Amino acid sequence: MDLFEYQARDLFESHGVPVLAGAVATTPDQAYEAAQSMGGKVVVKAQVKVGGRGKAGGVKLAVDADDAKEKAAAILGMDIKGHTVHKVMIAQAAPIVSEYYLAILLDRANRDFLVMASVAGGMEIEEVAHTSPEKLARVSIDPNFGVTAEAAARVIAGGQFPADIAPQVTEVLLKLWAAFVAEDATLMEINPLVKTEAGRIVALDGKVTLDDNASFRHASHEALIDHAATNPLEALAKEKDLNYVKLDGEVGVIGNGAGLVMSTLDVVAYAGEKYGVKPANFLDIGGGASAEVMANGLSIILGDTDVKSVFVNVFGGITACDAVANGIVAALAILGDAATKPIVVRRDRNNVLEGRRILNEAAHPLIEQLDTMDGAAARAAELAAK
Amino acid sequence: MAIFINEHSRVIVQGMTGSEGTKHTKRMLASGTNIVGGVTPGKGGQVVDIDGRSLPVFNSVSEAVAATGANASVVFVPPKFAKAAVLDAIDAALPLVVVITEGIPVHDAAAFYAYSVSKGTTRIIGPNCPGLISPGKSNIGIIPSDITGPGRIGLVSKSGTLTYQMMYELRDFGFSTAVGIGGDPIIGTTHIDCLRAFQDDPDTDAIVMIGEIGGDAEERAAAFIAEYVTKPVVGYVAGFTAPEGKTMGHAGAIVSGSSGTAAAKKEALEAVGVKVGKTPSETAELMRRILNG
Repeated sequence: MDLFEYQARDLFESHGVPVLAGAVATTPDQAYEAAQSMGGKVVVKAQVKVGGRGKAGGVKLAVDADDAKEKAAAILGMDIKGHTVHKVMIAQAAPIVSEYYLAILLDRANRDFLVMASVAGGMEIEEVAHTSPEKLARVSIDPNFGVTAEAAARVIAGGQFPADIAPQVTEVLLKLWAAFVAEDATLMEINPLVKTEAGRIVALDGKVTLDDNASFRHASHEALIDHAATNPLEALAKEKDLNYVKLDGEVGVIGNGAGLVMSTLDVVAYAGEKYGVKPANFLDIGGGASAEVMANGLSIILGDTDVKSVFVNVFGGITACDAVANGIVAALAILGDAATKPIVVRRDRNNVLEGRRILNEAAHPLIEQLDTMDGAAARAAELAAK
Repeated sequence: MAIFINEHSRVIVQGMTGSEGTKHTKRMLASGTNIVGGVTPGKGGQVVDIDGRSLPVFNSVSEAVAATGANASVVFVPPKFAKAAVLDAIDAALPLVVVITEGIPVHDAAAFYAYSVSKGTTRIIGPNCPGLISPGKSNIGIIPSDITGPGRIGLVSKSGTLTYQMMYELRDFGFSTAVGIGGDPIIGTTHIDCLRAFQDDPDTDAIVMIGEIGGDAEERAAAFIAEYVTKPVVGYVAGFTAPEGKTMGHAGAIVSGSSGTAAAKKEALEAVGVKVGKTPSETAELMRRILNG
């Protein structure tokens, strides 16, 4: 889960990573109050989980609370790269002397963690890596030892931080590492990390990604979920414990196993080129799926008004095809007249004959059965185009 | 020969007394795997009867190894307790640990992987994987054993069901070993580890490699193939139409030095002479042509 900037700021603060005063506002009046209580100049920042908001006009300096209210009114509701701004952060403005970069992230290739830091900050890290690679520290962290004094020293040296701020940057790094571990993060990036005129080192902007797999040990992470941005069908699927992602096509897809479903989307996309249709969603019903799970999945897809046809692609490994067939029949019984879209079913292996017999017997007018994945995808695409 | 597992594999099931553990112990026994016991902390001393076999339960992997001579384990322990289970197996210096569990926090996987590297005695496969099968010899995990039999193709895949699908498509040829390495960000055994083992395995003639979006494992595997693998390799990559940026943070891209897209992976593999299929069936067809000369 990616956090909003204000959530990252609050998380940093709770772990002692130095930040400036900041508050979130959803209305211009709230922005006024926040700016009023901070006093002085503030920055009004659009809260969207996408880069480039500054260039899009989503970050503005306000001289006082009245100005903050006005700026907030302009920014709230803005569209930034397809993301509507529902919240702004009112942040204390501070005169900045220098901008740096500091991040801790999961390093898949090395299968450990990585600290990246540079005295050259305030731009995207790719740019730092491109323009001043000699100033970019990349220090691998052993998960079982953490950021040791030796590793911290290498970060300071490699990032070319001057001696006068080295102790402060080291302290920020150690606190950030503690937060990274405590919150089960896969990314904590401070960009920019700044030195203020007063000589303080503070995190001015942050990006945080938390590991969804670790949510069982972080009750507090539930509150960070952005329910407003969650697609209603995705929310419904989540309630039913289904792995569903809404896409922008017309062929609904259900399969078992993430790899097979991804592959099914591709096969549908190839087959759909001819008809101008695309996959409408990703839905993995998982291994050993029961009839009930199948029924839940099918009802979500049939509830998607964009869907014109459905492709059920199941390889009977642990999932038995008879359970899949029963699930389809059960789902259609529940949906009754609400089910109006053709369903193409392709299965292999486990109890495939019994599955076929069940669907043959049900003789539902919406169901077609095919033997191959490519053939079934082509048929589903054709039906969606009608 | 086969890789990683064979008829001499003696397997313990960590989490055997749980519902998933029991279900799959049954399936593994039925497919001929030599299961010698189980481990559930606190339930040591119990005996579990599964399909006519009496399997002893131990409190720790060390105890199980001492009593049974086990040389591999398969982990069905829930995510919350999976790290402790894997550390237990590493402490017992078990040569192979296959972690089926889905949903293990990545910090836990990073910790047990680093620990296994520091000890240097345990190969981890997974987590979040279907396990591996050397048909006719041993089957550790949840791969259906009756899809196909022994043969001379080696298969390595991030995905479970695509493993099954590919085994099914090439069922008339059979497999030396099929390994599902898992789709988590941190996994113990990589495409490269499997490619190396298949290249060195006299019973494997050709290799199917299945990848999917995210990370740069396929790109690195391509570089490895160019340098080390002389056996024919065909590839498949899933996720050309999948939305990007779901698992990777913004700064993650710079680490891999590639965008992690399916297109980039396909290109990297093709650049080193690997034929990449557009669909699973087409991939199987490419392999079929190679094997039929």
